[in-house]
Amino acid sequence: MSVLFSVLLIFISFILQSSVFSHFEVAGIVPNLLIIVTASLSVMHGERRGLIVGFFCGLLLDIFCGGLLGFYAFIMMMIGFINGKFYGIFYPEEIKLPLALIFVSDLTYGIVIYITLFLLKGRFDFGYYFLKIIIPECLYTMVVTFVFYPLILKIDTLISGRDQRGDY
Amino acid sequence: MSPIVKNKGERFSLPSKYWLVILSVICVLLMVFSFGSKNFAKPFNYAFGYVITPLENGISKLGGWLSGKSEEIVEIRALIRENEALKEQVALLTEENTILQQNRYELNKLRDLMELNEEYDAYNKVGARIIAKDTGNWYASFIIDKGEDDGLGLDMNVIADGGLVGRITSIGANWARVTSVISDDSNVSAMTLASSDTMIVSGSLQLMNENRITFSQLRDDDNVVVEGDKIVTSNISDKYLPNILIGYISQIQVDNNNLTKSGYISPAVDFEHLSEVLVITDLKKSTGEEQ
Repeated sequence: MSVLFSVLLIFISFILQSSVFSHFEVAGIVPNLLIIVTASLSVMHGERRGLIVGFFCGLLLDIFCGGLLGFYAFIMMMIGFINGKFYGIFYPEEIKLPLALIFVSDLTYGIVIYITLFLLKGRFDFGYYFLKIIIPECLYTMVVTFVFYPLILKIDTLISGRDQRGDY
Repeated sequence: MSPIVKNKGERFSLPSKYWLVILSVICVLLMVFSFGSKNFAKPFNYAFGYVITPLENGISKLGGWLSGKSEEIVEIRALIRENEALKEQVALLTEENTILQQNRYELNKLRDLMELNEEYDAYNKVGARIIAKDTGNWYASFIIDKGEDDGLGLDMNVIADGGLVGRITSIGANWARVTSVISDDSNVSAMTLASSDTMIVSGSLQLMNENRITFSQLRDDDNVVVEGDKIVTSNISDKYLPNILIGYISQIQVDNNNLTKSGYISPAVDFEHLSEVLVITDLKKSTGEEQ
């Protein structure tokens, strides 16, 4: 049940991101819903769920972005895994920590992409990319988190309450 | 104790570090295989098409409708004023049109006479609708609602408003991804229409917001290329059909090496407001025999 919810969540957020949020971009920036989903589910269910969710989110991105298959999958998987380390340390009901985690995750995601895809191509103007792409994306993602995280949490506790131990 | 724990009453489960290793290996294998062969991604693309594209299609219609509505409210006032001005223009244009139609009739007759066959018209084109944009903020690509089932294929050129939009970089049964020329990972071999000097036109994330793209490697020893020159795809490009309009030179400067020139181009296509595009179903290979 809970697994089904994760699968649905990945699909819904991916579709939302590619077709709905592109209409609501602010200064050409769209939020990163897949990071929110990966980080939230990691925090709620632990590293294993986190890394599997991250892997599939990344795989969707890979297919969509058409580069090397497995590239985003690996980055997103690591994000899910590391966020999963925080599972059980604090109450998921408290939004501050997930918020911070999602911010840091998105920041890392942006910097990794800059280094691997842009810096290696000779685009050295890190300041521009940092201020115009990475930071705005992080902030927008944070704003969206305020709406999305409580929503995910609510549905998730509702579902997990029913099958607690089948949790992976 | 074995790391693969099986407690009483619990389902068999693999510790997360094993999952991490297994999935990492899968990632690396995927990267290696997709780097090695273009066809490797095909089954993934098809699966993606069957699950995601129909949903995206519907939602993008809804999303477009919503954002359209909000824009409508803002624009209604401006539209009323514009309507007045346009009505006057219509009257003017109708008259002009009659004259032009006469001219065109004459032109067609003359063309037939001279057996001129304009290349642009000769290409087979398929219209397609954009249903989704890039999910991230780093590249400018989008998904269209037609794919291999509609006769499209990899590397086909995409145009809109009479200018080059980009080319198809991955494809499924009912969708295709178009990488636009303003995208940071796009490089197009181009030339000036007037003097046929070749250059490389590349997109840049940094200039995307200013609606400009860069060009470089232009050799122009006679200094004939000036700002405002028309830039078209070159006939030596192996992916792009020749003589498709890319844009106009907006700024040009001599490189430090004093041999080549570089600068900026304003693209002919309005990438901000694209919703429909035309895909040219002729590939360069089939038309490249005259080279």
